[in-house]
Amino acid sequence: MAVSKQELTGWGRHPTVNGLERLTEDLESGSKGAELSRGLGRSYGDASLPVAGGFALGTRLADRILAFDSETGLLHAEAGLSLHDLTWTFLPRGWCSPVMPGTAYITLGGMVAADVHGKEHHISGTFGRHVERLRMRLADGRVIWTSRADHEYPDLFRATLGGMGLTGHVLEVELRLQSVPSPWVYQETERVQSLGLFLDALDKAAESWPMTMGWIDCLKSGPSMGRGILFRGRWAQPSEAPTKTPSRKPRISLPIDLPSALLNSFTMRLFNEAVYRSHWRRLTRGVVHPEEFFHPLDKVLQWNRGYGRRGFTQYQCVVPTRDGAARVLKLLTEAKAASFLCVLKDCGAEGEGVLSFPRPGTSLAIDLPIKEDTEQVVARLNEQVIHEGGRIYLAKDTFTREAHFRAMEGERLDRFIEIRRLYDPESRLRSTLSRRILGDRSPGVGPFSKTQE
Amino acid sequence: MSGQPGRNVVFFGATKGMGRSLARLMAARGDRLFLLGRDPEDLERSARDLEVRAGAESGSMGHAAADLMKPEGFSAALDAAGEALGSIHVVVITAGVFAAQDDLEADPDRVKWMLDINFTHTILFCEEARKRLLASGGGSLVVFSSVAGDRGRKPVAIYGASKAGLSFYLESLDHKFRDQGLITLDVKPGFVKTGMTAGLKPPPFAGEPEAVARQVMKAIDKKKPLLYTPFPWGWIMWVIRTLPRFVMRRLGF
Repeated sequence: MAVSKQELTGWGRHPTVNGLERLTEDLESGSKGAELSRGLGRSYGDASLPVAGGFALGTRLADRILAFDSETGLLHAEAGLSLHDLTWTFLPRGWCSPVMPGTAYITLGGMVAADVHGKEHHISGTFGRHVERLRMRLADGRVIWTSRADHEYPDLFRATLGGMGLTGHVLEVELRLQSVPSPWVYQETERVQSLGLFLDALDKAAESWPMTMGWIDCLKSGPSMGRGILFRGRWAQPSEAPTKTPSRKPRISLPIDLPSALLNSFTMRLFNEAVYRSHWRRLTRGVVHPEEFFHPLDKVLQWNRGYGRRGFTQYQCVVPTRDGAARVLKLLTEAKAASFLCVLKDCGAEGEGVLSFPRPGTSLAIDLPIKEDTEQVVARLNEQVIHEGGRIYLAKDTFTREAHFRAMEGERLDRFIEIRRLYDPESRLRSTLSRRILGDRSPGVGPFSKTQE
Repeated sequence: MSGQPGRNVVFFGATKGMGRSLARLMAARGDRLFLLGRDPEDLERSARDLEVRAGAESGSMGHAAADLMKPEGFSAALDAAGEALGSIHVVVITAGVFAAQDDLEADPDRVKWMLDINFTHTILFCEEARKRLLASGGGSLVVFSSVAGDRGRKPVAIYGASKAGLSFYLESLDHKFRDQGLITLDVKPGFVKTGMTAGLKPPPFAGEPEAVARQVMKAIDKKKPLLYTPFPWGWIMWVIRTLPRFVMRRLGF
């Protein structure tokens, strides 16, 4: 089939790469010769983008569920199955993905590649912990199954969790779903006046709640820096939940780009103030719709267009200490580069993925609308994060430099590169991200070029 | 019977695209499906998918090999379906092929291949299905044609011709056999984003397969003979059908 040139972008709509995305229902044959698998393109920067002129396998049509064991919760599905589809198929039956990241419009393959985490990280860890086996096409063309205890393909499984699709194409995933007492969520939200109190409250909530996170206003400086709203939740018990199954919420779509200038420091301040003020009671509690709790932003399809044509990136880092988190937040506030609310989360133990993002500490995530100085802002933040002994999340990243990434990851990166070399000595699997971060310079590919605004 | 859930459906083309979406909707509301297609492994995977999604018993959705290039196998495939399902209430055909006009013009073998699959053999399959449905007192025959068959257009001369011929046949079937209980539904999708159209640049109003599937379900229940889908392709095609020839000749699409 003729495949035309396309302009591909990630969720942040920057950068743009002229490449191909070949969509097919058949991942096994479609992955032959493909440089990268691309799911729903929800990573913010360049992780899902092939190199300029290259071609990616679009996996989102390969969404068949191949088996489900209602005794053990073991699910076997094709890598293009979305979390949205999975949730609405299994939640009414009392099963759910044990890890729920901020959007449901991601594929199983993408969840493996970014080893995603969610509000339950301090309890459930990353997605990878719940994956049993992966069916993959390796760079040399072999199609294999791999798992944790794999002696034939050592370290492949661990490197693939969080490996950003660079160790091979994930064709099928076997994972264990979690059984839930009801499809509804019991939630408490609390208004908190400052960062110190916020981090205290987050620590305390983690002791008794399986799901926690917070939104803070990072345009506020001074004593109320870090004021915000803390969310804690758990699956509701049948006795307190409505007896009916939650209905699917209608979707609004944003069909046009909003002007980039609409988001200026005044409108963002106004928005943040409104969110904080609207939570006029100190504490609210009650049973809520699961989507309201896990994926509130999914209500607006293509909300990324709200940032206008110039696009945006997200800065997400995790730093080991609370003081360190406060220093990064202060830098963010001073840079005046941030937009809406900053998402705060305490991370639990490090996962087994060789390059998985989460580690014990505090994670901060914030959207940055792209401006002339965004790259410099990210560099400054990265220097602080390196100083604090933290790291950044590649699924959100657009601007981090190779040297900064190396300074953050050190031995972990060496290990990853070593394993990748074992399975793909010629770097056949690659992305715009791998060129930027891992310095891939594969033979036979023209000079790195990306269309910039 | 055909308007009720819990029907027995023979589905040719349920493994991909719009067929996959429609089969899922049918299974979800309690229909029992028997799948026909070329690749047994692919059919097996789709059958499992439908079972798990519908919460149906494992093994309840059967399948058999059938290839639109091999009309000699149609009868046996439908026999297998009849045996597995007991009685057949609905037959759906979403299978078909597409190729760009330029590629077809360069290769007469490809032209024959397309006409055979989309027109000649699809009609041969419909004839087999029609006889069986009529013999058991009627039912629904649902066939996916295309808006490309509505008007002679430059980029789809051959594909459009195959679908125009098919639609012509389907209309006649509906006229002739509706009294005897056979309801024929001609589904004419506009541009829908599936694997088949993945290499083409989507025009405005490109639709999603799920939207098509929902509309087709309604049209079957309401015993409609013709469906343009998704919205607003009925209106778009009304305009295109009314354009004078000298305008069509100038247009590139």
